[in-house]
Amino acid sequence: MPDDPSRGPQSRFEQPLDPRVDSPAREGLTGTARGDIYEPTRDPEDVTIPPDQRPMQEQPRWRRDFAIDWPEDHYVARRDFAKFLVLTSGAFVAGQTWIAAQSLLRKRRPPAVRQRIGALSALALGSATMFAYPTAHDPCLLIRTRDDTLLAYGQKCTHLSCAVVPKLDEGILHCPCHEGVFDLATGRNIAGPPPRPLPAIELEVVGDDIFAVGVKERTV
Amino acid sequence: MPVPQHLEFFVDPSRCIGCQACVQACTECDTHRGEAMIHLEYVNRAASIQTVPVVCMHCEQPTCAEVCPADAIKRTGDGVVQSARKPRCIACGNCVVACPFGVPELYVDRAIMMKCDMCYDRTSIGKKPMCATVCPSQALFFGTREQVMALRPQSTPTNKFRFGDQTITTRVNVMAPKRAAPSHVDVTAAMEEKPHSRGLRLPVIDTADPFAEVEV
Repeated sequence: MPDDPSRGPQSRFEQPLDPRVDSPAREGLTGTARGDIYEPTRDPEDVTIPPDQRPMQEQPRWRRDFAIDWPEDHYVARRDFAKFLVLTSGAFVAGQTWIAAQSLLRKRRPPAVRQRIGALSALALGSATMFAYPTAHDPCLLIRTRDDTLLAYGQKCTHLSCAVVPKLDEGILHCPCHEGVFDLATGRNIAGPPPRPLPAIELEVVGDDIFAVGVKERTV
Repeated sequence: MPVPQHLEFFVDPSRCIGCQACVQACTECDTHRGEAMIHLEYVNRAASIQTVPVVCMHCEQPTCAEVCPADAIKRTGDGVVQSARKPRCIACGNCVVACPFGVPELYVDRAIMMKCDMCYDRTSIGKKPMCATVCPSQALFFGTREQVMALRPQSTPTNKFRFGDQTITTRVNVMAPKRAAPSHVDVTAAMEEKPHSRGLRLPVIDTADPFAEVEV
């Protein structure tokens, strides 16, 4: 029973009915047949009639944007879709440019100051001590291995900032919170959840004094 | 799945016996949280026992959707005006005030309007609405036009209504006597005295307000 658009949506009421039981569109005369044997008969664009009865082209734009009819409301025009694509990808480009400009223009962090952290003679072979560098809120580990190598790393685990524990016998730095393991010689993450190596503190030994001169943040 | 176009709703108020079976059947459905979406109205309770079942008429130009500020009332392609979309409905009650037939109802406690959707869960898979299934006198009939013509030879279905200056065509039909078939049915004709205006300015109801009893 296709509707003739020129006669309006009520035209289906005026169409003569085919009395034959097996006529098309009358499968399941009793009204208890499955619904999916029928085709939707109305064109979505033919349904909405504004109160002033004028055609859709003469209606304000909002009536098309907020259509009453579900099919028309869900309909996305190709032009609207293209507009969406262009604007969205444009917004992504603008955002990326903004981030790039920010990282170019951002002030560099001030260079780490040279700071004395202790006397070499006070640190026995195969022991470790703590110091804070570059600020008081950055706890670090100073380790002197048995073969007289000085190592210094930030103490915050790169996973969730627990304090790592040096285990010189095993050659690792162990984080007890989630069983994260760092290599003692390099500070690299070798097991567990930590995503990147511990920051390495660059050291300088002048006579008996140990100085921290810089922090080396690493991603790999 | 759409409601088949050849299946229509026919309401014959003169056959209604006021048994409340439709209301009970509607209440049992869980798609509208156990509330009856069908209204069983008394025409003139002091003088008559005549009742009228009121289902949503599913207008071709749904006033409820026209006045909805939240774009919550939608009509599917088969002409069924659906209940308010829950994420959108703001329970403002505009549709309750605007509907010429008094169908939508506001549930303030759950902040949503719910109305008859012709049992869309049933009719969209080819079943009859629950009220039409249980109605013992078939005042509510759901079927083909041929069926109703064979069953009610004295009556003719009409789907044109007048409400003030507004002309309404609906998907649901009301049975009228065949000998004096009206060109349209005046929705407010049965009201003896026109209720006084509440100073509410809507273009479609500036002469009479049939919802004076509705608290807003």
